[in-house]
Amino acid sequence: MADKRMTEDEAVATLSDGMTIGIGGWGSRRKPMSLVRALLRTDLKDLTIVSYGGPDVGLLCAAGKVKRLVYGFVSLDSIALEPHFRAARQNGTIPEVVEYDEGMLQWGLYAASLRLPFLPTRAGLGSDVVKNDASLRTVKSPYADGEELLAVPALNLDAAFVHLNRSDERGNAQFLGPDLYFDDLFLNATAVGRRFMSVEMIVPTEDLLKNGTIHTMKINRSMVDGVIEAPNGAHFTNCQPDYERDEKFQKEYADAAKDPETWKAFVDTYLSGSEADYQKAVAAR
Amino acid sequence: MSDATLGEICVVAVADTFRGDGEIFASGMGTIPMLGARLARATFEPDLLVSDGEAFFVANDLPVGGTDKQVEGWIPFRSVFDTLWGGRRHVVMGASQIDAYGNQNIANIGDWGKPKSQLLGVRGAPGNTINHTTSYFIGNQTNRVFVEKVDTVSGIGYDRAAELGDWVKAHHELRRVVTNLAVYDFNTPDHRMRVASLHPGVSIDDVIAACSFELVIPSDIPTTRLPTDEELRVLREVLDPKSFRDRELPAA
Repeated sequence: MADKRMTEDEAVATLSDGMTIGIGGWGSRRKPMSLVRALLRTDLKDLTIVSYGGPDVGLLCAAGKVKRLVYGFVSLDSIALEPHFRAARQNGTIPEVVEYDEGMLQWGLYAASLRLPFLPTRAGLGSDVVKNDASLRTVKSPYADGEELLAVPALNLDAAFVHLNRSDERGNAQFLGPDLYFDDLFLNATAVGRRFMSVEMIVPTEDLLKNGTIHTMKINRSMVDGVIEAPNGAHFTNCQPDYERDEKFQKEYADAAKDPETWKAFVDTYLSGSEADYQKAVAAR
Repeated sequence: MSDATLGEICVVAVADTFRGDGEIFASGMGTIPMLGARLARATFEPDLLVSDGEAFFVANDLPVGGTDKQVEGWIPFRSVFDTLWGGRRHVVMGASQIDAYGNQNIANIGDWGKPKSQLLGVRGAPGNTINHTTSYFIGNQTNRVFVEKVDTVSGIGYDRAAELGDWVKAHHELRRVVTNLAVYDFNTPDHRMRVASLHPGVSIDDVIAACSFELVIPSDIPTTRLPTDEELRVLREVLDPKSFRDRELPAA
């Protein structure tokens, strides 16, 4: 019986330059931020990041770690536009950009998780998504309709980061908020060995159903290689029902991002130490 | 004489876009579109499904920012995609740019490769527009928003849809564009945008000045209808007692 508990730093130590990392959550909601912060502490570079983007994407762009970015959107929800992502796009500092329709991103992850080379859809056809990614191809229906459909290529990931509410030591996990988002697909699209899940709390297996119904248990242990206990680990994004987004801190983050000097001060205050240092600095405000 | 505000006229104009939709997901992005969907459901289109903006269908007339939800269903993002690819949805989105055939841009301003201004990305606009009815609400119509050519086509317009074959032609529908000045539709032979009604006090010259492409202008243009007393009551007392509608769209 594998005990899969580890730390964020142990998780990111298994990664290498140039890898493709999928990050769960949605916008500024239930993001695995403690794993993202651990990634910021490494020397890793030239990463491909796949995300329904929020501050995870912003922080990794600001740190210059992103070589290729695959997204449907990047937003902080209550603040519509992510400042670091905007700056990176406007300054042209992300070498390769793949902008998909939100549903195409799901389809790419789903194709990878089913070990298919692609899945067909209409979403994206006719839009500039197909113009801006010249590698996209269409496929003709082999049936009588003969319709031309977009073939969304599998988004195979080298590593996945997700943040859930509860799990046991072996990786049986549950989401207690209103939406799983696409966290199961991020895990299933990833090669065995680097599927990392942080959780608010690790509980005994027999306690899982005390927290919520069977419908909350969408992640089973065959989908997970590493479990990281990270209370407040999604901060400053939300992790309902455990906590709401820290709007005040998010505003501080977004304001700091407007200027290199204030951003440097933000990094010094919050992002220059360990996860424990971060949580301490957040609590000390 | 009605005392309806511009915000209220726009909410009602958005609500009218859902007329006849029946039992589908009425989805609005932003305060006025969301209020439009909720008002339509509360008054003349009772079978619509409306969400709390998060992951639940709500059966009660939930005010903006309200939390006292009577939940009637679960609509997490995965179900949103299933529903919209299945066509059982009408969305009212915003647009940073829109052209004569209804091509919409929310992704970026300037060259996509190195944009002058990066916005949201295409989000769900390509999938929405190719799968189900879409309308737009634009609170600040200017000639930089109503443009000859949008910088990045996010939601597809009629000219793009026409190139995509019979299925798409049969299912693509841009119903209306509601702005702070007027209501537009695409009910023309080649689906070029047409002035459907002018808001009270707005002239055709105002609209032309706030548009960079050639609009189809009928000889007889009605005035956008005013809210009924009952619509104003529901809006002011039930759906938006804190008047978020007027904050989003202050009177000129």
